[in-house]
Amino acid sequence: MSRQIVIPFGPQHPVLPEPIHLDLVMEDERVVDALPSIGYIHRGLEKLVEKRDYRDFVYIAERICGICSFIHGMTYCHAIEGIMDLPVPPRALYLRTVWSELSRLHSHLLWLGLMADSMGFESLFMQSWRLREHVLDDLESTTGNRVIQGVCKVGGVRHDVSNQKLNEIVAGLEVLRPQLEDLMSVFVRDDTVRHRLSGLGVVTEQQAWDLGGAGPVLRASGIANDIRQIGYAAYDELDFKPVVETAGDCYARTLVRAKELFTSIDLIRQAVEKIPEGPVDMKVTGNPKGEFYARSEQPRGEVIHYVKANGTKNLVRFRVRTPTFTNIAPLVTCLKGIELADVPVVVLSIDPCIGCAER
Amino acid sequence: MRREEQPIEVIEPATLMDRVAAKKIEGNRLVAISCAVVEGTNEITYSFEDRDHRFTNLRIVVEPGGTIPSITPVYWGAFVYENEIHDLFGLIVTGINVDFGGHFYATKIPFPFAAPPAAKAPGDSEEK
Repeated sequence: MSRQIVIPFGPQHPVLPEPIHLDLVMEDERVVDALPSIGYIHRGLEKLVEKRDYRDFVYIAERICGICSFIHGMTYCHAIEGIMDLPVPPRALYLRTVWSELSRLHSHLLWLGLMADSMGFESLFMQSWRLREHVLDDLESTTGNRVIQGVCKVGGVRHDVSNQKLNEIVAGLEVLRPQLEDLMSVFVRDDTVRHRLSGLGVVTEQQAWDLGGAGPVLRASGIANDIRQIGYAAYDELDFKPVVETAGDCYARTLVRAKELFTSIDLIRQAVEKIPEGPVDMKVTGNPKGEFYARSEQPRGEVIHYVKANGTKNLVRFRVRTPTFTNIAPLVTCLKGIELADVPVVVLSIDPCIGCAER
Repeated sequence: MRREEQPIEVIEPATLMDRVAAKKIEGNRLVAISCAVVEGTNEITYSFEDRDHRFTNLRIVVEPGGTIPSITPVYWGAFVYENEIHDLFGLIVTGINVDFGGHFYATKIPFPFAAPPAAKAPGDSEEK
């Protein structure tokens, strides 16, 4: 047996926009074990519910993450609306669905760019982020903001979007579609990408399920698990199938995200075709009492907002379980046996969002 | 919008391991472990999901500073939740496969989410 040494990876590393630390136990160039450490940016946001009005807390929930901010805000609203059994206007649910899918589009394009960057494929990185700008422009033109939209509220959304504007978004995405197809063809067919990602960081179907994996980590391992299937927001009235790959490696996780771009465009088109007329919010009176688990599909996978309330304006408990947090176990598992030079790419392949995970 | 069923079954802590093992055998995925302080006690809820998205929960109630068994022998990936519960709520989790020894989160004060200590009775003194 070779002598074992421990190499620290992170918390600062070129592929890590946010800090996570791994102690890599090495034998020669091969990883035999990995011990993760987080806690560098724990903000204790969950504790703030004890001091903030539950209606105002939407703003804080949205700031858990700078990428899937809208879906955090929406999921928190679903939790409160679930406790209070609020009949949220259907048009608001459809608008939430459109913004959720725009969020997924920009998040996946961001990640695809980062993955290209981690491979040293700089032109692919720049193309991905160039196309992402189009989606951010759509978010800005409909909500007023690019990153933290601030448009969700308990009982609906803060303002309507005209049908004309929604149709313009769909038309714009149809113009974007062939450019995304060109982009995807590079991720799917290019020898550099295939050679760098295939067979790397494999998570088997059984491992992905048993270790509690979420989102593209599950779907890239052959499990058709997508929380949009439970029918929150307007998803119960839209038609889609989860994108599934079976290899369980970095390449499969890349393919899942690349193909989900087109699922999102289709879902936005369907939502705009079916969106009903009517109000976009409702008057909310009283305080919540009870508990509720709200689940949504973020770009990185399933997020859970658990809320417990006692009938006052301050909640008893707000607990967020993010996809990155639950994907730590599959990540640690698939790092074992790979070479040191592959670690950055494998870590990035779960699309880690540490700000989300630590809250 | 479809409303998801989410049954919560309160069980005795002594039966936790058997019930969690049964969930695993039934093919459930561990979705989350959550802890909440309610009226001075800790509610720990273990959430599961089957392949058809059926969402179920097992709950135990533990006194502040109490001890719970780790479910990592059944669900290996539970160590992240159990270390978090220890560091934020001050509960002792025995038998974790990856135990960070209280260093999973760096918090300014120890156990910031823990139940506040019970008020002392009049005349009760620290010195006995």
